[in-house]
Amino acid sequence: MSAGSQPALSMRGSLFRKNFITALLLAPAALWLVVFLVLPFVAIAIFSVGERAPEGGYQAALTFAQYANLPARATAFWNTMVLAPAGALACLLVAYPVAYYLALRAPDRWRLILLALIVIPFWTSLLMRTYAWMYILGGRGIPALLAYVGIEDLRLINTPGAVLLGIVYGYLPLMILPIYVSLERLDRRLLEASADLGATPLSTFLGVTLRLSLPGVMTGFSLVMILLLGEYLIPTLLGGGKVFFIGNALVDLFLQSRNWPFGSAIAITLVLVSVVVLTVANRISTRLSGARRVDLI
Amino acid sequence: MRAFVFAAFAFLYLPIALVVLFSFNAGHHASEFTGFSVQWYGKALSNPFLVEALKNSLFIATTSALLAAFCGTAAALGLQRVGARTRALFDALLGAAIVVPGVVIGISTLVALVQLFAVLNPFLASLWPTDQPPRLSLGYGSIIAAHGLFSMALVTMIVGTRLGSLDRNLVEASSDLYATPLTTFRSIVLPQIMPAVIAGFLLAFTFSFDDFIIAFFVAGAQTTLPIYVFASIRRGVTPEINAIATIVLCASVLLVLLAQWQLGRRKPSS
Repeated sequence: MSAGSQPALSMRGSLFRKNFITALLLAPAALWLVVFLVLPFVAIAIFSVGERAPEGGYQAALTFAQYANLPARATAFWNTMVLAPAGALACLLVAYPVAYYLALRAPDRWRLILLALIVIPFWTSLLMRTYAWMYILGGRGIPALLAYVGIEDLRLINTPGAVLLGIVYGYLPLMILPIYVSLERLDRRLLEASADLGATPLSTFLGVTLRLSLPGVMTGFSLVMILLLGEYLIPTLLGGGKVFFIGNALVDLFLQSRNWPFGSAIAITLVLVSVVVLTVANRISTRLSGARRVDLI
Repeated sequence: MRAFVFAAFAFLYLPIALVVLFSFNAGHHASEFTGFSVQWYGKALSNPFLVEALKNSLFIATTSALLAAFCGTAAALGLQRVGARTRALFDALLGAAIVVPGVVIGISTLVALVQLFAVLNPFLASLWPTDQPPRLSLGYGSIIAAHGLFSMALVTMIVGTRLGSLDRNLVEASSDLYATPLTTFRSIVLPQIMPAVIAGFLLAFTFSFDDFIIAFFVAGAQTTLPIYVFASIRRGVTPEINAIATIVLCASVLLVLLAQWQLGRRKPSS
Protein backbone atom coordinates (compact mmCIF):
# COMPACT_ATOMS: atom_id res chain seq x y z
CA MET A 1 0.00 0.00 0.00
CA SER A 2 2.22 2.75 1.24
CA ALA A 3 5.50 0.87 1.62
CA GLY A 4 7.13 3.36 -0.74
CA SER A 5 6.70 6.16 1.72
CA GLN A 6 8.75 4.37 4.39
CA PRO A 7 12.55 4.67 4.66
CA ALA A 8 14.27 1.73 2.93
CA LEU A 9 16.48 1.02 5.95
CA SER A 10 13.64 -0.11 8.21
CA MET A 11 12.04 -2.25 5.48
CA ARG A 12 13.20 -5.57 6.84
CA GLY A 13 12.40 -4.69 10.41
CA SER A 14 8.95 -3.48 9.50
CA LEU A 15 8.29 -6.59 7.37
CA PHE A 16 9.12 -8.75 10.37
CA ARG A 17 6.94 -6.63 12.58
CA LYS A 18 4.11 -6.82 10.07
CA ASN A 19 4.21 -10.61 10.01
CA PHE A 20 4.40 -10.72 13.78
CA ILE A 21 1.31 -8.54 14.14
CA THR A 22 -0.56 -10.65 11.58
CA ALA A 23 0.28 -13.80 13.53
CA LEU A 24 -0.78 -12.14 16.77
CA LEU A 25 -4.12 -11.12 15.26
CA LEU A 26 -4.86 -14.59 13.93
CA ALA A 27 -3.53 -16.62 16.88
CA PRO A 28 -6.60 -16.55 19.17
CA ALA A 29 -8.99 -17.54 16.38
CA ALA A 30 -6.62 -20.22 15.09
CA LEU A 31 -6.19 -21.68 18.58
CA TRP A 32 -9.94 -21.71 19.11
CA LEU A 33 -10.61 -23.38 15.75
CA VAL A 34 -7.97 -26.03 16.38
CA VAL A 35 -8.90 -26.85 19.99
CA PHE A 36 -12.69 -26.68 19.68
CA LEU A 37 -13.34 -27.65 16.07
CA VAL A 38 -10.48 -29.66 14.55
CA LEU A 39 -9.43 -31.63 17.65
CA PRO A 40 -13.00 -32.60 18.63
CA PHE A 41 -13.61 -33.76 15.09
CA VAL A 42 -10.44 -35.86 15.14
CA ALA A 43 -11.55 -37.22 18.53
CA ILE A 44 -14.91 -38.48 17.28
CA ALA A 45 -13.23 -39.87 14.15
CA ILE A 46 -10.92 -41.92 16.41
CA PHE A 47 -13.79 -42.93 18.70
CA SER A 48 -15.83 -44.12 15.73
CA VAL A 49 -13.32 -46.88 14.98
CA GLY A 50 -13.07 -47.84 18.67
CA GLU A 51 -15.08 -50.11 20.93
CA ARG A 52 -17.49 -49.48 23.77
CA ALA A 53 -15.94 -50.04 27.18
CA PRO A 54 -17.95 -52.41 29.40
CA GLU A 55 -18.95 -49.57 31.77
CA GLY A 56 -19.79 -47.23 28.85
CA GLY A 57 -17.44 -44.74 27.24
CA TYR A 58 -14.59 -45.68 24.98
CA GLN A 59 -11.99 -48.40 24.59
CA ALA A 60 -9.20 -48.10 22.04
CA ALA A 61 -9.50 -50.37 19.00
CA LEU A 62 -9.38 -50.27 15.23
CA THR A 63 -12.60 -51.73 13.96
CA PHE A 64 -15.37 -50.82 11.57
CA ALA A 65 -17.91 -52.66 13.71
CA GLN A 66 -19.56 -49.37 14.72
CA TYR A 67 -20.15 -48.45 11.09
CA ALA A 68 -21.37 -51.97 10.30
CA ASN A 69 -23.85 -51.52 13.14
CA LEU A 70 -25.41 -48.36 11.63
CA PRO A 71 -28.55 -50.25 10.43
CA ALA A 72 -29.45 -50.68 14.12
CA ARG A 73 -30.54 -47.05 13.99
CA ALA A 74 -32.14 -47.38 10.55
CA THR A 75 -35.45 -45.87 11.71
CA ALA A 76 -33.74 -42.65 12.85
CA PHE A 77 -31.84 -42.45 9.55
CA TRP A 78 -34.98 -43.19 7.56
CA ASN A 79 -37.07 -40.58 9.39
CA THR A 80 -34.34 -37.98 8.98
CA MET A 81 -33.63 -38.76 5.34
CA VAL A 82 -37.34 -38.53 4.50
CA LEU A 83 -38.46 -35.63 6.69
CA ALA A 84 -35.35 -33.43 6.24
CA PRO A 85 -35.63 -33.17 2.41
CA ALA A 86 -39.43 -33.02 2.63
CA GLY A 87 -39.19 -30.27 5.24
CA ALA A 88 -36.61 -28.35 3.22
CA LEU A 89 -38.82 -28.64 0.12
CA ALA A 90 -41.93 -27.47 1.99
CA CYS A 91 -39.86 -24.57 3.34
CA LEU A 92 -38.76 -23.68 -0.18
CA LEU A 93 -42.30 -23.69 -1.55
CA VAL A 94 -43.38 -21.19 1.12
CA ALA A 95 -40.14 -19.19 1.07
CA TYR A 96 -39.85 -18.53 -2.67
CA PRO A 97 -42.98 -16.41 -3.12
CA VAL A 98 -42.12 -14.45 0.04
CA ALA A 99 -38.54 -13.81 -1.12
CA TYR A 100 -39.82 -12.91 -4.60
CA TYR A 101 -42.28 -10.41 -3.21
CA LEU A 102 -39.68 -8.86 -0.89
CA ALA A 103 -37.05 -8.52 -3.61
CA LEU A 104 -39.11 -7.50 -6.65
CA ARG A 105 -42.57 -6.39 -5.63
CA ALA A 106 -42.52 -4.85 -2.16
CA PRO A 107 -42.69 -1.04 -1.95
CA ASP A 108 -39.28 0.41 -1.07
CA ARG A 109 -40.27 1.89 2.25
CA TRP A 110 -41.69 -1.44 3.38
CA ARG A 111 -38.85 -3.64 2.21
CA LEU A 112 -36.47 -3.08 5.12
CA ILE A 113 -39.19 -3.49 7.71
CA LEU A 114 -40.43 -6.72 6.14
CA LEU A 115 -36.86 -7.98 5.89
CA ALA A 116 -36.32 -7.25 9.58
CA LEU A 117 -39.52 -9.19 10.31
CA ILE A 118 -37.94 -12.19 8.56
CA VAL A 119 -34.56 -11.86 10.29
CA ILE A 120 -35.99 -11.54 13.81
CA PRO A 121 -37.51 -15.04 14.04
CA PHE A 122 -34.27 -16.48 12.65
CA TRP A 123 -32.38 -15.16 15.66
CA THR A 124 -35.12 -16.00 18.14
CA SER A 125 -34.87 -19.08 20.31
CA LEU A 126 -35.90 -22.17 18.31
CA LEU A 127 -36.84 -23.81 21.61
CA MET A 128 -39.37 -21.09 22.43
CA ARG A 129 -40.74 -20.98 18.90
CA THR A 130 -41.17 -24.75 18.77
CA TYR A 131 -42.76 -24.60 22.20
CA ALA A 132 -45.38 -22.24 20.78
CA TRP A 133 -46.52 -24.95 18.36
CA MET A 134 -46.49 -27.56 21.10
CA TYR A 135 -48.90 -25.29 22.86
CA ILE A 136 -51.10 -24.79 19.79
CA LEU A 137 -51.18 -28.40 18.60
CA GLY A 138 -51.34 -29.92 22.07
CA GLY A 139 -54.49 -31.20 23.76
CA ARG A 140 -55.64 -27.77 24.99
CA GLY A 141 -54.91 -25.95 21.74
CA ILE A 142 -56.53 -26.58 18.36
CA PRO A 143 -57.95 -30.00 19.35
CA ALA A 144 -59.82 -28.34 22.24
CA LEU A 145 -61.18 -25.69 19.87
CA LEU A 146 -62.25 -28.37 17.39
CA ALA A 147 -63.98 -30.25 20.17
CA TYR A 148 -66.28 -27.20 20.62
CA VAL A 149 -67.51 -27.61 17.07
CA GLY A 150 -67.93 -31.33 17.45
CA ILE A 151 -64.73 -32.78 16.04
CA GLU A 152 -63.52 -34.99 18.86
CA ASP A 153 -60.33 -36.91 19.46
CA LEU A 154 -58.20 -35.35 16.82
CA ARG A 155 -54.54 -35.86 17.54
CA LEU A 156 -52.20 -33.33 15.96
CA ILE A 157 -49.13 -33.38 18.13
CA ASN A 158 -46.65 -36.29 18.06
CA THR A 159 -47.28 -36.97 14.37
CA PRO A 160 -44.94 -36.65 11.36
CA GLY A 161 -47.19 -33.81 10.17
CA ALA A 162 -46.53 -31.85 13.34
CA VAL A 163 -42.77 -32.35 12.91
CA LEU A 164 -43.00 -31.17 9.30
CA LEU A 165 -44.95 -28.08 10.37
CA GLY A 166 -42.38 -27.35 13.06
CA ILE A 167 -39.58 -27.66 10.50
CA VAL A 168 -41.21 -25.21 8.08
CA TYR A 169 -41.88 -22.82 10.95
CA GLY A 170 -38.38 -23.06 12.37
CA TYR A 171 -36.40 -22.83 9.15
CA LEU A 172 -38.51 -20.57 6.93
CA PRO A 173 -36.40 -17.44 7.65
CA LEU A 174 -33.15 -19.27 6.84
CA MET A 175 -34.65 -20.34 3.49
CA ILE A 176 -36.04 -16.90 2.62
CA LEU A 177 -32.81 -14.92 3.20
CA PRO A 178 -30.46 -16.50 0.58
CA ILE A 179 -33.25 -16.59 -2.03
CA TYR A 180 -33.97 -12.93 -1.32
CA VAL A 181 -30.29 -12.07 -1.75
CA SER A 182 -30.05 -13.77 -5.14
CA LEU A 183 -33.32 -12.23 -6.37
CA GLU A 184 -32.37 -8.78 -5.16
CA ARG A 185 -29.12 -8.85 -7.16
CA LEU A 186 -30.95 -9.87 -10.28
CA ASP A 187 -30.50 -7.42 -13.13
CA ARG A 188 -34.00 -6.11 -13.75
CA ARG A 189 -33.14 -5.11 -17.31
CA LEU A 190 -33.05 -8.82 -18.12
CA LEU A 191 -36.72 -9.08 -17.14
CA GLU A 192 -37.61 -6.11 -19.34
CA ALA A 193 -35.56 -7.51 -22.22
CA SER A 194 -37.32 -10.84 -21.91
CA ALA A 195 -40.73 -9.17 -21.96
CA ASP A 196 -39.74 -6.90 -24.88
CA LEU A 197 -38.73 -9.96 -26.85
CA GLY A 198 -42.25 -11.26 -26.50
CA ALA A 199 -41.84 -13.78 -23.70
CA THR A 200 -44.92 -14.42 -21.59
CA PRO A 201 -44.62 -13.57 -17.87
CA LEU A 202 -44.48 -17.30 -17.11
CA SER A 203 -41.64 -18.02 -19.50
CA THR A 204 -39.76 -14.92 -18.26
CA PHE A 205 -40.15 -16.26 -14.74
CA LEU A 206 -39.01 -19.77 -15.63
CA GLY A 207 -36.26 -18.79 -18.06
CA VAL A 208 -34.81 -15.74 -16.28
CA THR A 209 -35.94 -15.18 -12.70
CA LEU A 210 -36.06 -18.75 -11.43
CA ARG A 211 -32.93 -19.71 -13.30
CA LEU A 212 -30.86 -16.82 -11.98
CA SER A 213 -32.10 -17.29 -8.43
CA LEU A 214 -31.21 -20.99 -8.37
CA PRO A 215 -27.90 -20.37 -6.52
CA GLY A 216 -29.86 -18.77 -3.68
CA VAL A 217 -32.35 -21.62 -3.76
CA MET A 218 -29.54 -24.18 -3.59
CA THR A 219 -27.80 -22.33 -0.73
CA GLY A 220 -31.02 -22.11 1.26
CA PHE A 221 -31.99 -25.70 0.54
CA SER A 222 -28.60 -27.14 1.48
CA LEU A 223 -28.27 -25.03 4.66
CA VAL A 224 -31.72 -26.04 5.85
CA MET A 225 -31.08 -29.68 4.89
CA ILE A 226 -27.81 -29.82 6.83
CA LEU A 227 -29.21 -28.20 9.95
CA LEU A 228 -32.20 -30.53 9.78
CA LEU A 229 -29.93 -33.59 9.65
CA GLY A 230 -28.81 -32.65 13.17
CA GLU A 231 -32.19 -31.45 14.42
CA TYR A 232 -33.22 -32.59 17.88
CA LEU A 233 -35.67 -30.11 19.42
CA ILE A 234 -38.41 -30.22 16.78
CA PRO A 235 -38.77 -34.04 16.61
CA THR A 236 -38.51 -34.25 20.40
CA LEU A 237 -41.12 -31.62 21.22
CA LEU A 238 -43.53 -32.07 18.31
CA GLY A 239 -42.90 -35.72 17.47
CA GLY A 240 -43.00 -37.02 21.03
CA GLY A 241 -41.33 -40.40 21.27
CA LYS A 242 -42.81 -41.41 17.93
CA VAL A 243 -40.97 -39.45 15.27
CA PHE A 244 -37.27 -39.44 16.06
CA PHE A 245 -34.32 -38.14 14.09
CA ILE A 246 -30.58 -38.89 14.01
CA GLY A 247 -30.25 -36.05 16.54
CA ASN A 248 -32.40 -38.02 18.98
CA ALA A 249 -30.28 -41.13 18.43
CA LEU A 250 -27.15 -39.09 19.19
CA VAL A 251 -28.56 -37.63 22.41
CA ASP A 252 -29.57 -41.14 23.47
CA LEU A 253 -26.18 -42.66 22.67
CA PHE A 254 -24.12 -39.91 24.29
CA LEU A 255 -26.19 -38.86 27.28
CA GLN A 256 -28.23 -41.94 28.16
CA SER A 257 -26.88 -45.30 27.01
CA ARG A 258 -23.34 -43.93 26.82
CA ASN A 259 -22.27 -45.85 23.75
CA TRP A 260 -19.82 -43.21 22.57
CA PRO A 261 -18.06 -45.14 19.78
CA PHE A 262 -21.35 -46.01 18.08
CA GLY A 263 -22.58 -42.45 18.56
CA SER A 264 -19.33 -41.15 17.04
CA ALA A 265 -19.78 -43.38 13.99
CA ILE A 266 -23.29 -41.95 13.54
CA ALA A 267 -21.98 -38.39 13.93
CA ILE A 268 -19.23 -38.96 11.35
CA THR A 269 -21.80 -40.43 8.96
CA LEU A 270 -23.98 -37.38 9.50
CA VAL A 271 -21.07 -35.05 8.71
CA LEU A 272 -20.25 -37.05 5.56
CA VAL A 273 -23.86 -36.83 4.37
CA SER A 274 -23.75 -33.06 5.02
CA VAL A 275 -20.58 -32.73 2.94
CA VAL A 276 -22.23 -34.62 0.08
CA VAL A 277 -25.32 -32.39 0.27
CA LEU A 278 -23.16 -29.24 0.25
CA THR A 279 -20.97 -30.45 -2.62
CA VAL A 280 -23.92 -31.39 -4.81
CA ALA A 281 -25.69 -28.08 -4.08
CA ASN A 282 -22.50 -26.16 -4.77
CA ARG A 283 -21.95 -28.02 -8.04
CA ILE A 284 -25.44 -27.20 -9.21
CA SER A 285 -25.24 -23.52 -8.36
CA THR A 286 -21.73 -22.91 -9.73
CA ARG A 287 -22.77 -24.61 -12.95
CA LEU A 288 -25.59 -22.12 -13.28
CA SER A 289 -23.71 -19.01 -12.20
CA GLY A 290 -21.12 -17.76 -9.69
CA ALA A 291 -21.41 -19.01 -6.10
CA ARG A 292 -23.28 -16.72 -3.75
CA ARG A 293 -22.60 -15.90 -0.14
CA VAL A 294 -25.37 -16.17 2.40
CA ASP A 295 -26.16 -13.12 4.45
CA LEU A 296 -27.28 -14.17 7.89
CA ILE A 297 -28.41 -10.69 8.74
CA MET B 1 -49.32 -13.12 -4.06
CA ARG B 2 -49.68 -10.36 -1.48
CA ALA B 3 -52.26 -12.47 0.32
CA PHE B 4 -49.81 -15.36 0.39
CA VAL B 5 -47.00 -13.20 1.74
CA PHE B 6 -49.34 -11.76 4.35
CA ALA B 7 -50.34 -15.30 5.36
CA ALA B 8 -46.65 -16.29 5.63
CA PHE B 9 -45.96 -13.38 8.00
CA ALA B 10 -49.04 -14.30 10.03
CA PHE B 11 -47.74 -17.87 10.16
CA LEU B 12 -44.40 -16.61 11.48
CA TYR B 13 -45.83 -14.32 14.14
CA LEU B 14 -49.21 -15.67 15.30
CA PRO B 15 -47.80 -18.58 17.36
CA ILE B 16 -45.41 -16.21 19.15
CA ALA B 17 -48.22 -13.74 19.72
CA LEU B 18 -50.33 -16.49 21.24
CA VAL B 19 -47.61 -17.42 23.73
CA VAL B 20 -47.23 -13.76 24.70
CA LEU B 21 -51.00 -13.36 25.07
CA PHE B 22 -51.39 -16.43 27.28
CA SER B 23 -48.47 -15.42 29.46
CA PHE B 24 -50.83 -12.71 30.74
CA ASN B 25 -53.68 -15.15 31.29
CA ALA B 26 -55.18 -15.02 34.78
CA GLY B 27 -56.49 -18.55 34.51
CA HIS B 28 -54.53 -21.75 34.70
CA HIS B 29 -55.90 -23.30 31.53
CA ALA B 30 -54.39 -22.83 28.16
CA SER B 31 -57.63 -23.20 26.24
CA GLU B 32 -59.39 -20.11 27.57
CA PHE B 33 -58.30 -16.60 28.34
CA THR B 34 -59.97 -15.66 31.60
CA GLY B 35 -58.49 -12.27 32.32
CA PHE B 36 -55.36 -10.17 32.42
CA SER B 37 -52.75 -10.89 35.06
CA VAL B 38 -49.01 -10.82 35.53
CA GLN B 39 -49.02 -13.50 38.21
CA TRP B 40 -47.05 -15.98 36.04
CA TYR B 41 -44.22 -13.50 35.71
CA GLY B 42 -44.11 -13.15 39.47
CA LYS B 43 -44.17 -16.89 39.86
CA ALA B 44 -41.41 -17.40 37.29
CA LEU B 45 -39.16 -14.75 38.81
CA SER B 46 -39.57 -16.08 42.33
CA ASN B 47 -38.49 -19.56 41.26
CA PRO B 48 -34.88 -19.83 42.54
CA PHE B 49 -33.87 -22.55 40.03
CA LEU B 50 -35.08 -20.42 37.19
CA VAL B 51 -33.32 -17.29 38.40
CA GLU B 52 -30.13 -19.30 38.83
CA ALA B 53 -30.43 -20.65 35.27
CA LEU B 54 -31.10 -17.13 33.97
CA LYS B 55 -27.99 -15.78 35.72
CA ASN B 56 -25.88 -18.61 34.31
CA SER B 57 -27.17 -17.92 30.80
CA LEU B 58 -26.49 -14.19 31.08
CA PHE B 59 -22.95 -14.80 32.33
CA ILE B 60 -22.18 -17.39 29.64
CA ALA B 61 -23.69 -15.29 26.83
CA THR B 62 -21.84 -12.13 27.90
CA THR B 63 -18.47 -13.84 28.28
CA SER B 64 -18.62 -15.88 25.08
CA ALA B 65 -19.87 -12.90 23.07
CA LEU B 66 -17.11 -10.63 24.41
CA LEU B 67 -14.44 -13.23 23.63
CA ALA B 68 -15.94 -13.84 20.21
CA ALA B 69 -16.16 -10.12 19.40
CA PHE B 70 -12.52 -9.63 20.38
CA CYS B 71 -11.01 -12.72 18.70
CA GLY B 72 -13.33 -12.51 15.69
CA THR B 73 -12.45 -8.88 15.00
CA ALA B 74 -8.72 -9.61 15.39
CA ALA B 75 -9.08 -12.54 12.99
CA ALA B 76 -10.97 -10.45 10.43
CA LEU B 77 -8.19 -7.82 10.56
CA GLY B 78 -5.50 -10.50 10.37
CA LEU B 79 -7.13 -12.19 7.38
CA GLN B 80 -6.73 -8.94 5.40
CA ARG B 81 -2.97 -9.33 5.69
CA VAL B 82 -2.42 -12.94 4.63
CA GLY B 83 -2.07 -14.79 1.35
CA ALA B 84 -4.88 -16.50 -0.53
CA ARG B 85 -4.03 -19.97 0.81
CA THR B 86 -4.11 -19.09 4.52
CA ARG B 87 -7.26 -17.16 3.90
CA ALA B 88 -8.96 -20.08 2.17
CA LEU B 89 -8.00 -22.40 5.03
CA PHE B 90 -9.44 -20.01 7.63
CA ASP B 91 -12.56 -19.43 5.57
CA ALA B 92 -13.15 -23.18 5.31
CA LEU B 93 -12.76 -23.71 9.07
CA LEU B 94 -14.89 -20.68 9.94
CA GLY B 95 -17.55 -21.84 7.47
CA ALA B 96 -17.51 -25.29 9.08
CA ALA B 97 -17.92 -23.73 12.53
CA ILE B 98 -21.10 -22.03 11.32
CA VAL B 99 -22.61 -24.79 9.19
CA VAL B 100 -21.91 -27.96 11.24
CA PRO B 101 -25.12 -28.83 13.16
CA GLY B 102 -25.08 -27.96 16.86
CA VAL B 103 -25.61 -31.57 17.84
CA VAL B 104 -22.30 -32.55 16.20
CA ILE B 105 -20.43 -29.58 17.72
CA GLY B 106 -21.90 -30.57 21.10
CA ILE B 107 -20.92 -34.24 21.07
CA SER B 108 -17.50 -33.74 19.53
CA THR B 109 -16.64 -31.05 22.11
CA LEU B 110 -17.93 -33.34 24.86
CA VAL B 111 -15.81 -36.27 23.68
CA ALA B 112 -12.67 -34.17 23.20
CA LEU B 113 -12.95 -32.35 26.52
CA VAL B 114 -13.64 -35.48 28.55
CA GLN B 115 -10.55 -37.12 27.04
CA LEU B 116 -8.48 -33.98 27.53
CA PHE B 117 -9.52 -33.67 31.19
CA ALA B 118 -8.72 -37.35 31.77
CA VAL B 119 -5.14 -36.57 30.70
CA LEU B 120 -4.80 -33.13 32.29
CA ASN B 121 -6.30 -33.79 35.72
CA PRO B 122 -3.72 -36.37 36.94
CA PHE B 123 -1.01 -34.16 35.46
CA LEU B 124 -2.27 -31.13 37.36
CA ALA B 125 -2.58 -33.20 40.53
CA SER B 126 1.04 -34.33 40.26
CA LEU B 127 2.23 -30.74 39.89
CA TRP B 128 0.02 -29.21 42.57
CA PRO B 129 1.76 -28.49 45.88
CA THR B 130 -1.24 -29.21 48.14
CA ASP B 131 -3.63 -32.14 48.42
CA GLN B 132 -6.50 -30.30 46.77
CA PRO B 133 -5.56 -29.79 43.14
CA PRO B 134 -8.05 -28.02 40.87
CA ARG B 135 -10.10 -30.44 38.85
CA LEU B 136 -11.01 -29.46 35.32
CA SER B 137 -14.56 -30.43 34.47
CA LEU B 138 -17.43 -29.53 32.16
CA GLY B 139 -19.29 -26.39 33.11
CA TYR B 140 -19.16 -22.67 32.41
CA GLY B 141 -15.84 -22.89 30.59
CA SER B 142 -16.88 -25.61 28.16
CA ILE B 143 -20.18 -23.91 27.29
CA ILE B 144 -18.44 -20.56 26.76
CA ALA B 145 -15.80 -22.17 24.52
CA ALA B 146 -18.32 -24.14 22.44
CA HIS B 147 -20.65 -21.16 22.00
CA GLY B 148 -17.67 -18.93 21.28
CA LEU B 149 -16.66 -21.12 18.35
CA PHE B 150 -19.83 -20.35 16.39
CA SER B 151 -19.92 -16.75 17.58
CA MET B 152 -16.30 -16.04 16.69
CA ALA B 153 -16.86 -17.38 13.17
CA LEU B 154 -19.94 -15.17 12.89
CA VAL B 155 -18.12 -12.02 14.07
CA THR B 156 -15.21 -12.72 11.70
CA MET B 157 -17.70 -12.97 8.83
CA ILE B 158 -19.63 -9.80 9.69
CA VAL B 159 -16.52 -7.68 10.41
CA GLY B 160 -14.74 -9.16 7.37
CA THR B 161 -17.64 -8.05 5.15
CA ARG B 162 -17.41 -4.54 6.55
CA LEU B 163 -13.62 -4.44 6.12
CA GLY B 164 -14.08 -5.49 2.50
CA SER B 165 -16.20 -2.41 1.82
CA LEU B 166 -13.86 -0.08 3.72
CA ASP B 167 -12.71 2.97 1.83
CA ARG B 168 -9.05 2.17 1.03
CA ASN B 169 -8.35 5.76 -0.01
CA LEU B 170 -8.82 6.96 3.55
CA VAL B 171 -6.29 4.44 4.87
CA GLU B 172 -3.77 5.41 2.22
CA ALA B 173 -4.34 9.12 2.74
CA SER B 174 -3.80 8.64 6.45
CA SER B 175 -0.44 6.90 6.05
CA ASP B 176 0.64 9.32 3.33
CA LEU B 177 0.13 12.03 5.92
CA TYR B 178 2.62 10.17 8.17
CA ALA B 179 0.11 8.75 10.60
CA THR B 180 1.55 5.64 12.30
CA PRO B 181 -0.26 2.38 11.48
CA LEU B 182 -1.71 2.42 15.00
CA THR B 183 -3.08 5.94 14.60
CA THR B 184 -4.53 5.04 11.22
CA PHE B 185 -6.18 2.01 12.77
CA ARG B 186 -7.58 3.96 15.69
CA SER B 187 -8.88 6.95 13.80
CA ILE B 188 -9.83 5.50 10.41
CA VAL B 189 -10.40 1.74 10.51
CA LEU B 190 -11.85 1.22 13.98
CA PRO B 191 -14.65 3.82 13.73
CA GLN B 192 -15.73 2.32 10.43
CA ILE B 193 -15.85 -1.30 11.58
CA MET B 194 -17.23 -0.58 15.06
CA PRO B 195 -20.92 -0.96 14.09
CA ALA B 196 -20.11 -4.39 12.63
CA VAL B 197 -18.24 -5.39 15.81
CA ILE B 198 -21.17 -4.31 17.98
CA ALA B 199 -23.67 -6.09 15.73
CA GLY B 200 -21.51 -9.22 15.86
CA PHE B 201 -21.38 -9.02 19.65
CA LEU B 202 -25.15 -8.65 19.93
CA LEU B 203 -25.85 -11.58 17.59
CA ALA B 204 -23.26 -13.70 19.40
CA PHE B 205 -24.97 -12.89 22.69
CA THR B 206 -28.35 -13.80 21.22
CA PHE B 207 -27.03 -17.07 19.84
CA SER B 208 -25.48 -18.13 23.14
CA PHE B 209 -28.48 -17.02 25.18
CA ASP B 210 -30.86 -19.03 22.96
CA ASP B 211 -28.75 -22.12 22.31
CA PHE B 212 -30.03 -25.35 23.77
CA ILE B 213 -28.41 -28.24 21.97
CA ILE B 214 -24.69 -27.43 22.36
CA ALA B 215 -25.09 -26.53 26.03
CA PHE B 216 -27.16 -29.70 26.57
CA PHE B 217 -24.05 -31.77 25.80
CA VAL B 218 -21.24 -29.74 27.36
CA ALA B 219 -22.98 -28.16 30.37
CA GLY B 220 -21.90 -30.86 32.83
CA ALA B 221 -23.64 -30.05 36.12
CA GLN B 222 -24.56 -26.48 35.09
CA THR B 223 -28.01 -25.41 33.96
CA THR B 224 -28.68 -22.69 31.41
CA LEU B 225 -32.07 -21.09 30.86
CA PRO B 226 -32.88 -23.10 27.69
CA ILE B 227 -31.88 -26.33 29.44
CA TYR B 228 -34.14 -25.48 32.37
CA VAL B 229 -37.01 -24.54 30.08
CA PHE B 230 -36.60 -27.72 28.02
CA ALA B 231 -36.75 -29.83 31.18
CA SER B 232 -39.89 -28.01 32.38
CA ILE B 233 -41.59 -28.33 29.00
CA ARG B 234 -41.05 -32.08 29.09
CA ARG B 235 -42.74 -32.17 32.50
CA GLY B 236 -45.74 -30.35 31.08
CA VAL B 237 -46.86 -27.05 29.59
CA THR B 238 -47.58 -24.40 32.22
CA PRO B 239 -48.40 -20.68 32.00
CA GLU B 240 -45.13 -20.05 33.83
CA ILE B 241 -43.21 -21.24 30.74
CA ASN B 242 -45.23 -18.78 28.65
CA ALA B 243 -43.97 -15.97 30.86
CA ILE B 244 -40.32 -17.08 30.53
CA ALA B 245 -40.73 -17.57 26.78
CA THR B 246 -42.13 -14.05 26.46
CA ILE B 247 -39.18 -12.56 28.35
CA VAL B 248 -36.68 -14.48 26.21
CA LEU B 249 -38.47 -13.61 22.96
CA CYS B 250 -38.56 -9.91 23.86
CA ALA B 251 -34.86 -9.95 24.74
CA SER B 252 -33.96 -11.60 21.40
CA VAL B 253 -36.11 -9.23 19.36
CA LEU B 254 -34.57 -6.22 21.08
CA LEU B 255 -31.01 -7.48 20.56
CA VAL B 256 -31.55 -8.32 16.89
CA LEU B 257 -33.15 -4.95 16.20
CA LEU B 258 -30.18 -3.25 17.87
CA ALA B 259 -27.78 -5.35 15.77
CA GLN B 260 -29.61 -4.48 12.55
CA TRP B 261 -29.64 -0.81 13.43
CA GLN B 262 -25.88 -0.94 14.05
CA LEU B 263 -25.23 -2.73 10.76
CA GLY B 264 -27.47 -0.37 8.80
CA ARG B 265 -25.72 2.65 10.26
CA ARG B 266 -23.30 4.45 7.99
CA LYS B 267 -19.94 5.39 9.44
CA PRO B 268 -20.38 7.79 12.33
CA SER B 269 -19.68 11.45 11.69
CA SER B 270 -16.33 12.33 13.18
